[in-house]
Amino acid sequence: MTFWTRSLPVAITFFFGVLLTVQYYVPHPASESLLSELSVWNQIIAGFALILGAASLLQTHTLKIRRREAGWGYSAVMYVSMFAMLGAGIWSEGKTEGTIFGWLYDYVMVALQGTMFSLLAFFIASAAYRAFRARTIESAILLLAAVLVMFGRVPLGEYILSGVGQISDWIMSVPNTAAQRGILIGVSLGGIATSIKIICGIERSYLGQGKE
Amino acid sequence: MTRFPRPCRFPPNEAICVLLIWFLSLLLSYPLTSIAQDDIREPVNLHIEAFDIPGDDGSSISLHWIIRGRGVSSRGYDISFAARVEAVAKLLRSQEFPEVPGSVYRVLVSDPETGRFRPIAELPANKHYETDIPGPWWVWGEKRKDVHFFQVKSSTDLPLINGNPYLFQIVLTDGQYSLESRVVLVTPQANLFNWSKLNNLILMLAFGGVVLFSIRRARSNPNIFLRRIPGLDAVEEAVGRATEMGKPVLYLTGSGELNGSGDPSNLSTIASTIILGEVAKRVAAYGSELKVPHRAAIVMAICQEIVHESYLLAGRPDAYRDDTNFFITRDQFAYTAAVDGIMLREKPAANFFMGYYYAESLLLAETGTATGAIQIAGTDAEAQLPFFIASCDYTLIGEELYAASAYLSREPALVGALRGQDLGKGVLLGVLLLGTALITIGDLFQIPIVRTILQLFSDFK
Repeated sequence: MTFWTRSLPVAITFFFGVLLTVQYYVPHPASESLLSELSVWNQIIAGFALILGAASLLQTHTLKIRRREAGWGYSAVMYVSMFAMLGAGIWSEGKTEGTIFGWLYDYVMVALQGTMFSLLAFFIASAAYRAFRARTIESAILLLAAVLVMFGRVPLGEYILSGVGQISDWIMSVPNTAAQRGILIGVSLGGIATSIKIICGIERSYLGQGKE
Repeated sequence: MTRFPRPCRFPPNEAICVLLIWFLSLLLSYPLTSIAQDDIREPVNLHIEAFDIPGDDGSSISLHWIIRGRGVSSRGYDISFAARVEAVAKLLRSQEFPEVPGSVYRVLVSDPETGRFRPIAELPANKHYETDIPGPWWVWGEKRKDVHFFQVKSSTDLPLINGNPYLFQIVLTDGQYSLESRVVLVTPQANLFNWSKLNNLILMLAFGGVVLFSIRRARSNPNIFLRRIPGLDAVEEAVGRATEMGKPVLYLTGSGELNGSGDPSNLSTIASTIILGEVAKRVAAYGSELKVPHRAAIVMAICQEIVHESYLLAGRPDAYRDDTNFFITRDQFAYTAAVDGIMLREKPAANFFMGYYYAESLLLAETGTATGAIQIAGTDAEAQLPFFIASCDYTLIGEELYAASAYLSREPALVGALRGQDLGKGVLLGVLLLGTALITIGDLFQIPIVRTILQLFSDFK
């Protein structure tokens, strides 16, 4: 049993981990086609996983409706929306041009997505208000940098404060870029170390089998 | 006694000396003379060479060419040449011919079907030199300042097929007169190793060795100091608070889908699932409720296994529920709306945002703030970090996300890997400082070897 649940998955992980690492250094077309082939495998697995996902979604909302949990009406709306979209898709044979399926996508789905995205403007305002309260030296510096950058990004800012555009560019290209690169170096090393741990089977809690 | 002037007793020796000096001077001046004579004999011509690009998939070719012949200097062309080649004379009348606007090099390729040459590129005559090649010195050798270079890449216009021969020619023209090179034959070949990435491979193997060595050492000596990470210390507090309030713990694994190689979210998603295991153990031990809504079905399947295992390890297999992990949708904003709805309706006492996020980060974190939950975020998506820092109580920045599993579990092997990471960081810091100093000195005092050395740490494709 240990072989199927522990040894085999670790061996597969090791094999494909090393294979894909080597693939990065091999420019031969065979190496590229191997990568494409593996991407296809990945899509097939993702396709099967989507069935699991859909089953999970339906099960969760069925339970909510059956138990009359708080907000079960939303679950009913989910069912109606899902089957309406599915039905429209089948009816339109998957085509979007001039069909009910395309209409639902353009005038319901896209509109709802746009609405959610537009909420960001209000959330940015509330988050900025909290972040820029100058209670400490650090937040005062943050506030000053933010004001300078914002002024530097609009024509009116340059009109009010001459040269603020250059200061803004300097803040963005020197301290900001330096901090971002610092984070990136740490992330890259952490990523490589995590990959090594996974490939070598040192970290395998993602398999659900606990650690050594 | 009067001395007479000494007669010249060794006239033959003097003659030999003169002859020797003449011979030596002749010998020393030989190469220069030879070049000059060659120049006189050699008519002006476009000398071209073509090579397969090293370390590629056989879909590109490099062309190198230079104008040779009498009167050609590195800066321009001598008017005296005009007397010998009438057709080209007018073209070369200007001393600064290559800089004359409108004079161009045309790259021609022979059509495999008709055999006729057709242009595939037109380049300004004073651009595209070997020094513009971005490749490293261990692949390209010394890059010459006066030799032109052009890389012919496979395209829909000219599909270069691995192993097929192609004929190329270069023509220098100002629209009125032209100078043609000879035709060169070249065959692109696919290679088994990209030598430009050799330094990358060596550094990667060295870093991997350091990490594995650190892990080995940590197993024999597990007492390694770990600096305090407040965001991870707060995990216990957050789960405890949720238990006291009788509210669930909400854990998000981010927007990563484990889409295979090249996806930047893969590693942070795996790191997030590992942290989920540690959080789930605490939730199980405290007897609280855990909710993990997902955007990716594969991640959901993995998380189900992890959470189940955590409940087993915590000694509470009875408390595990199959619907702890559930799928919502792959759509970014539909998922965000659904999670926001869960936050507003069920008011979880603790929200964890671990993994890779896009624009939804602030929508999620601000909604969580509005509900009064304690919030801990961790991401390596640097564009989203400011939003989490502004909205969450604790934020794991970049690499702290990867350190979380070691920090929470305190397993020697994982802590050892952290030590290896720190050693790698130390080396990189040293290289950065040394590189900055070297490049400054090299540019100030015009020492070209500095840039050559620093190529060892550069990224080449």
